[in-house]
Amino acid sequence: MSIFAIPYVRMNDKEANPLIQEFTWLDAIYQLAAFAVLLLLLKKFAFGPIMGMMEKREKHIADQISSAEKNREETEKQLAEQRRLIEEARREAKEIVENSRKMSSQQADEVLASAKQEAERIKETALAEIYQEKTQAINALREQVSTLSVLVASKIIEKEMDEKEQEKLIQETLKEVGEEL
Amino acid sequence: MESHYFPIVYLFGNENLAVNLSNILMITVSMAIVFFVCFFMARKISMYPTGAQNALEYLVQFIKNIISSNMDWKQGKHFVMLGLTIILYVFVANMAGIPFELATQDHVVWWKSPTSDPILTISLAIMVIVLTHVYGIKMRGLKEYGKDYFRPAPFLAPFKVLEDLANTLTLGMRLFGNVYAKEVLMLMLVALGTSSLMWGIFAFLPTIIWQAFGVFIGSLQAFIFCMLTMVYMAHKVSADH
Repeated sequence: MSIFAIPYVRMNDKEANPLIQEFTWLDAIYQLAAFAVLLLLLKKFAFGPIMGMMEKREKHIADQISSAEKNREETEKQLAEQRRLIEEARREAKEIVENSRKMSSQQADEVLASAKQEAERIKETALAEIYQEKTQAINALREQVSTLSVLVASKIIEKEMDEKEQEKLIQETLKEVGEEL
Repeated sequence: MESHYFPIVYLFGNENLAVNLSNILMITVSMAIVFFVCFFMARKISMYPTGAQNALEYLVQFIKNIISSNMDWKQGKHFVMLGLTIILYVFVANMAGIPFELATQDHVVWWKSPTSDPILTISLAIMVIVLTHVYGIKMRGLKEYGKDYFRPAPFLAPFKVLEDLANTLTLGMRLFGNVYAKEVLMLMLVALGTSSLMWGIFAFLPTIIWQAFGVFIGSLQAFIFCMLTMVYMAHKVSADH
């Protein structure tokens, strides 16, 4: 048995209300039920996923922005760090140059000083040697002169002087000569 | 204009269980159109929206804007689906009667805008108003909801009740009136246009214009229905207004 027990189309009178021929409240019920079903279906199959995706995208964008912000901060920090390192390196290089300059000048001074010292020392040794040579020469000379003079004197005054007086005279003479030297 | 009739049947032969089959058909068709269009538009959704997804997202954003212009997003976020379903259903229902109307030889109308039936529009309005009350109680508590009838002065309570009734009636009747008038004039123009060749030529342009206007009215009424739903909702769920 069909649910439409007597399915017939009712023809109203001409005077009947043209807008509402019959109070078909079941239509309204049907519409509301269908509306609820439509809402649920749309939510499940169309707008639920869409709104989910929109939310996801919003979150994604927010994440991206915050991560970009973080990256920027990180980069800035690194940049500052790099800048600091460069500054440090520059300062160090300057220091090294300064040090080497100082060291080289010091070394030059040292070399100069040591050279001077060496020269002094050489001069001194030379002087000492000269002095020694001189003394030696004087001594040798003195000896030679004494022998020579003895020889000369003995030849001149061989017979006039005795041995003792002769020696005394020679010594005196030699002393005089020696003091003059 | 010749009178036309609706295909009304009685369930179980009971006079009180009248069903307008045209309404049932058109409700089903409208909702099926809404569902399938949205369903296929939402087939491929991705992080980077393209074509159809953009359109749906634009619609969602549009509804969100309507809601946020009326209430806090904290409360409003529950009504996005309601707003979407209302605007889509009412829009498609309004559009359904524009391209053509189908009637049988003995003037039984099968195809028309379902929103040109006052029972359907008013029941939709009743649903909206009932929902506003339900959410008003749910979101603010029965006490706050009840107190609202006596604000700002107790003697306004009857007027508040009247306001609810008037809101229901105007919400439903506005939609019905617009769409019904559109359909009536459309039928008249079509009847005129098909009466003779000469009238067919003269009535052609007005029919086009009226159809365009029908599209405009239909869209506008869908928007207004959705907007007013949110306005009434805001009245009930917002703490201050």
